[in-house]
Amino acid sequence: MRTRFQQGLDDLRTRLLRMGGLAEQAVDRACQAYIDRDLTRCHLVLEGESQINSAEREIDELAFDLLAMQQPMAVDLRFILAVTKINSDLERVGDQAVNIAERVMDMVELPKADLPVDIARMAAAVSAMVRRSLESFIEGKAELAQAVLEMDNVVDRMRDEAFITLVKTMNDRPDVTRQALDALLIARNLERVADHATNIAEDVIFWVRGADVRHNVQPESPPTEINGTRGRVTEI
Amino acid sequence: MGVGIKVEQLNAWFGKTQALHDITMDVPANHATAIIGPSGCGKSTYVRCLNRMHETVPDARATGRVRMGEVDVYNGSSAVQIRRGIGMVFQKPNPFPTMSIYDNVAAGLKLNGFRDRRRLDEIVERSLKLSALWDEVKDNLRKKSGASLSGGQQQRLCIARALAVQPQVLLMDEPCSALDPISTGKIEELIFQLKEDFTIVIVTHNMQQASRVAEFTGFFLLGRLIEFDRTEKIFTTPSDKRTEDYITGRFG
Repeated sequence: MRTRFQQGLDDLRTRLLRMGGLAEQAVDRACQAYIDRDLTRCHLVLEGESQINSAEREIDELAFDLLAMQQPMAVDLRFILAVTKINSDLERVGDQAVNIAERVMDMVELPKADLPVDIARMAAAVSAMVRRSLESFIEGKAELAQAVLEMDNVVDRMRDEAFITLVKTMNDRPDVTRQALDALLIARNLERVADHATNIAEDVIFWVRGADVRHNVQPESPPTEINGTRGRVTEI
Repeated sequence: MGVGIKVEQLNAWFGKTQALHDITMDVPANHATAIIGPSGCGKSTYVRCLNRMHETVPDARATGRVRMGEVDVYNGSSAVQIRRGIGMVFQKPNPFPTMSIYDNVAAGLKLNGFRDRRRLDEIVERSLKLSALWDEVKDNLRKKSGASLSGGQQQRLCIARALAVQPQVLLMDEPCSALDPISTGKIEELIFQLKEDFTIVIVTHNMQQASRVAEFTGFFLLGRLIEFDRTEKIFTTPSDKRTEDYITGRFG
């Protein structure tokens, strides 16, 4: 058993989960800030960004060291590659939260408008995707990650509906155009967060199953023949 | 892709102890195949069965079928004939210490009764070029003994000696375990080039080496072939939990 290597992997996992917690919190705060028109939460999101950025650097450094020093194989190699990609996605989730917070800070200076779009419902769906993608990572369960992939379609539909509804609102009620535009851009930010959650779920599936499910490509079934050369597994 | 060595239900014993159990494996021709596994798993016994070196150990025996092209290794040919068609390189370089570099390479051919001097010169040069040693020794071929070379050069000399008899198959039993990283790199580069012309089977404890040089890898455990597949599959997504546990260092 490679104890030091295992400790390194455990450390990587702990750091990524901490970063996941920060990114998830940033999205939740930004969404709540939109709902409550709360500037305090917006500032918390902006202040938290540097923490997420330094966590990203630390995780990349540790992953790089483990790759260079321990030459991981198989499931360990897949784990480290998945962590580096999830790390990058979480950092982007943090960026999207910052975008939402900045949009809310502009928005609160405008009169409140009653818009026919349920951003709160979309935010709840997106938060759930981020949370479940991280749960699938914690549990190392591809089934949980698969469920996240299916949720992405729901969020895409919400984004499309928000687009149609808000464009119509801009045409019908020019006085709330800026507010509608803010809501539209926030819906787009949320949809991007959902895309990052989807990427995380795909990386978990890659780590657990060794299957690349990106871009809806079905993984090949394990070969029974190797280009005509017979390989045989002997059962003990 | 053709089959270089066809192994069917190979079993091997040392006295009453069974070292290999029912190994069936088609080793692809003109490719490098790595054999990995923990100490005592039967890797070396397996390759030594391919050229009937196993039976040189007192009380050792093997059953099953091994075919290399048209040659049935265990049926109809003498062990000496078989070994002439299969080069073997061992863990520790073993040049003939009193022979010159030239004579080391020519030894196998001379033993086979080859006497054409001009042709012999050509084969020695070709073999030393193939083993990437020619440029380093061409000026001292007959003056220097094999033993005067560095460890890495000696191992390449042994490879040249094995290649001189123009074998179909080259067996390598941990050929780099006694070498420094530079010499190891040269041997690995050599393996990469040689597999164009030869079927190579390499036993190694170094999994990075297996992944660098071999297109196919077989994992042995307790004398059984657990998994045999393309190397990238074995080292990224092995099918068997035991393979994964071994290559990730969780046992062995």
